[in-house]
Amino acid sequence: MTDLERRQDRSPVPSGWDYAPAPEARDIVALEERYGLYIGGDLVEPRSGQYFPTLDPSREEPLAEVAQAGKEDVDLAVRAARDAFENGWSDISPAERAKYLFRIARILQERSREFAVLESLNGGKPIRESRDVDLPLSAAHFFYYAGWADKLEYAFPNRRPKPIGVAGQIIPWNFPLLMLAWKVAPALAAGNTVVLKPAETTPLSALLFADVLRQAELPPGVVNIITGDGRTGAELVKNEGVDKIAFTGSTEVGKAIQRELAGTGKKLTLELGGKAANIIFDDAALDQAVEGIVNGIYFNQGHVCCAGSRLLVQESIYEPVIEKLKQRLRTLRVGDPLDKNTDVGAINSREQLDKIKELVASGEEEGAEIYQPPCRLPEKGYWFVPTVFTNVAQSYRIAQEEIFGPVLSVLTFRTPDEAVEKANNTPYGLSAGVWTEKGSRILSIAQRLRAGVIWANTYNRFDPTSPFGGYKESGFGREGGLHGLEPYLGFDDSETGGG
Amino acid sequence: MAKAPALPTGFELPLEPRIPRIGSVDQVAVEERAATLARRSIKREAKLFALDLAVRMIDLTTLEGQDTPGKIAALASKAIRPDPSDPGIPSVAALCVYPNLVPAALDKVKGSSVKVASVATAFPSGQSPTHIKVAEVRDVVEMGADEVDMVIDRGAFLSGRYAKVYDEIVQVKEASGKAHLKVILEVGELGTYDNVRRASLLAMAAGADFIKTSTGKLPAAATLPVTLVMLEAIRDVYQETGRKVGMKPAGGIRQAKQAVQYLVQLYETLGAEWLTPDLYRIGASTLLNDVLMQIRKEKTGSYQSPDYFTID
Amino acid sequence: MTRLPVKKTYKLFLGGEFPRSESGRTYEAQGQNVARASRKDVRDAVRAARGAFPKWSGTTAYNRGQVLYRIAEMMEARAAEFAGLSSGRTEVEEAIDRWVWYAGWADKYAQVLGSSNPVAVPYFNFTIPEPTGVVGVLAPPTPALGGIVSRLAPVIVGGNTAVVLASEPEPLASIELAEAIATADVPGGVVNILTGQRSELAPWLAGHMDVNALDLSGGDGDLPELERLAAENVKRVVRGRSDRQSPYEIAAFQELKTVWHPIGV
Repeated sequence: MTDLERRQDRSPVPSGWDYAPAPEARDIVALEERYGLYIGGDLVEPRSGQYFPTLDPSREEPLAEVAQAGKEDVDLAVRAARDAFENGWSDISPAERAKYLFRIARILQERSREFAVLESLNGGKPIRESRDVDLPLSAAHFFYYAGWADKLEYAFPNRRPKPIGVAGQIIPWNFPLLMLAWKVAPALAAGNTVVLKPAETTPLSALLFADVLRQAELPPGVVNIITGDGRTGAELVKNEGVDKIAFTGSTEVGKAIQRELAGTGKKLTLELGGKAANIIFDDAALDQAVEGIVNGIYFNQGHVCCAGSRLLVQESIYEPVIEKLKQRLRTLRVGDPLDKNTDVGAINSREQLDKIKELVASGEEEGAEIYQPPCRLPEKGYWFVPTVFTNVAQSYRIAQEEIFGPVLSVLTFRTPDEAVEKANNTPYGLSAGVWTEKGSRILSIAQRLRAGVIWANTYNRFDPTSPFGGYKESGFGREGGLHGLEPYLGFDDSETGGG
Repeated sequence: MAKAPALPTGFELPLEPRIPRIGSVDQVAVEERAATLARRSIKREAKLFALDLAVRMIDLTTLEGQDTPGKIAALASKAIRPDPSDPGIPSVAALCVYPNLVPAALDKVKGSSVKVASVATAFPSGQSPTHIKVAEVRDVVEMGADEVDMVIDRGAFLSGRYAKVYDEIVQVKEASGKAHLKVILEVGELGTYDNVRRASLLAMAAGADFIKTSTGKLPAAATLPVTLVMLEAIRDVYQETGRKVGMKPAGGIRQAKQAVQYLVQLYETLGAEWLTPDLYRIGASTLLNDVLMQIRKEKTGSYQSPDYFTID
Repeated sequence: MTRLPVKKTYKLFLGGEFPRSESGRTYEAQGQNVARASRKDVRDAVRAARGAFPKWSGTTAYNRGQVLYRIAEMMEARAAEFAGLSSGRTEVEEAIDRWVWYAGWADKYAQVLGSSNPVAVPYFNFTIPEPTGVVGVLAPPTPALGGIVSRLAPVIVGGNTAVVLASEPEPLASIELAEAIATADVPGGVVNILTGQRSELAPWLAGHMDVNALDLSGGDGDLPELERLAAENVKRVVRGRSDRQSPYEIAAFQELKTVWHPIGV
């Protein structure tokens, strides 16, 4: 008998439907054994002489070795950037500058499959997300800012914009290429040169980006990429040749950078942590709200600074929402980041996994009720099951601290005032969500929430035209949109205004 | 249910008290969710499983003025043995025809597992008096139809006369007797997902065994998001009452790839329990051959030509 | 025989009232005894500013503009006194005109600084400026009147509330300004003005966890230390200018909020 005949014989209701593995081909990515630093247009060996392995977190296997840039290497990179800024780049006509950025955007589109696979390999994120979110948005950012390069004087009425010089940029591991795009595109559009430090655990897409720059024929030294751990970042912050620092990462490190730069007059923008509230009112479109909750906290394993990690549900619909949420969690597919059907990939590093575990343990100790769907995790690699905590009090650590993992804390509220009060009761202020079918309520709640991005009846949407950034301890400065240019420009305003 | 005090229009108690709220649907979000599910990559044995299931769920349909007993005979043999060269291919679920063709269809599928479904209630517009629609249903059931595909009165629905729509479904359900009742919402005429959800809940409250998207007579027929909205309504009714209602997308599903997308959506919304022709049908005519071609491609490894599959 | 004038007691401006320093201290400046605020006065002033923030930031732009204009009116009436406490008539007139200029911005800067953003998905997306919250201001030591007005006006026109450390050597114009503000429909707590030793008070203001931004444009002394303290809660540190007026001075004390909503039926 064939398989099909046998199938006809058995009960018409199958017990389940196992999707066959659908892995994206890995061989589109050709990795070197060892990478140097991208300084002055070449990959060079680090003066430090030090290298460290970078891993595939889903297998705990090394992918390549990358350089640990030391003080001397940082100096070299900054000098290369300074040299490029003073000898050429700032003289190129803005329209020509724009064309380099357009080229970069196009090459990213052309090589998007390669980048998506690499991003998932090195970062652990599902290929579905790197393919459908990270890559298209990265290319779009370059495309968007390309067009600004020769139109800057229209962006700020009655001001005269000019580039700042050398921008030092330090980016996190959750969206390695997208964060690179968010930083590099506006910096170049504004006429600056760049020294970029990718995150310690996810340097590979930035190093592949160096090859994009080669293809785009960007003049040497305009963008320099130096890999390393936190020490490299600290050297970059301290370096006197840097005119501006842009940092995305933890609030703790952000504060240290702000302290370090005190009195130097260097420009600074910070995009830091969050503990966003996602508020569900009883008249919300429930099934879509549940999707929004899931997208809010399980997108990219919850490694998202604007993740909707605190769910605030109106008490009158608490039960159906939690029931729907649990049901939905059971359909999340956790596993191989390169499988096209994976919804939740690997945790980025051992360190991050330990932090998540520690906070989850604290949640259980403090008395919250934990729910995790049945889930088979791979034996090797860093994994964490999507988790929901109910019965969470505002005072619990899991309701206060950023977990940066696939862990949701559920709280309830009774009235709009209570929802707003609880949502704002945090030192953070990056983002928030509100779900209601009542238009006037959306506008009122959106106005009262102290956060830089409000998603109404949606969550975790991004676009190059849309400014992003925080209130309070979530940082300052905006990335994206017209407002994202401002941090990369100086202004000669002597003639502005009256008296 | 105890008699409630009179309330002003618009404040009627829910038709089925255990469905607490009609709620609403966000268009952008539901379309995004449907698009995400449609990007699932279903391969090899998982794909064969889906294609085989799709065949068993098809309501092979002909609803033309030019339908004749001869046409029905040809379609019936296709329904019973979709691919004569491959005995492993199961029969489809049902033949779906106009009332006048019910006797011919019954005659030809006799002895097989294929059911006969008849459209009724002044299909496709539903613009006839209720008593005539009910009489039509009685007739097709008397003739022996296993299933009745009725249309709702969209004129009544869109003018806010929900009670008329509800009462008519109740009467048709009663007239259907043992025959399974599928209620066609004709989503292409309802205008919004909110209306689709409202009509779905109304039909289920009135006794529908299945809810169905479309007559197939409009260019706007079944889509993934509209089907998702209906599946979510089915899920809510199941959650609240424990009752399992079936789903039938119809119209516009022509390719095997689409059928797989619909089944992924079904599986990830209602779970494995709904992966049966008892609770899910696909109303289609040309879909079958594409599914057969894909099955043979999976089995042989070669891409196929339509020349090797019969057109009936 | 000439009449002996009644001398004014120069006090703090805090929560809409004129208390003495809780410390009971004064110092002598411009020939007068001036209240010498303490760190507890800083604390109380921040508390008053925080309390006033929800209402002031929620006041309509039109209304805020009228309140600022009213400050100009009140100053005009006291122009002679102000002239005696500053460099003279010109400085006073410029200060009054600056209030008028900023008053006119109240219902316009959001249109200049905000945007609607053409995102590539079916969402309506807009960005609006919103006040950052409680702002600590180090008024420039000089010009005594023009300095404080130039720094204070862009802060409050945008809906923020302020705790101002007045010029230490020339505090009298600031107190005179407080009296104009107190009679100009400005709700209590929106503007708080402390006199005293800045080196003593500024670190408390810079390190206060409930202050959202710190304006060092008129700062003197150990500014790097103040910036370091400001990092403790990621304060926005502003180094603007006192010799000009600009909507970008308003922008320096604004957050940008971006709101997304799907477009569907």
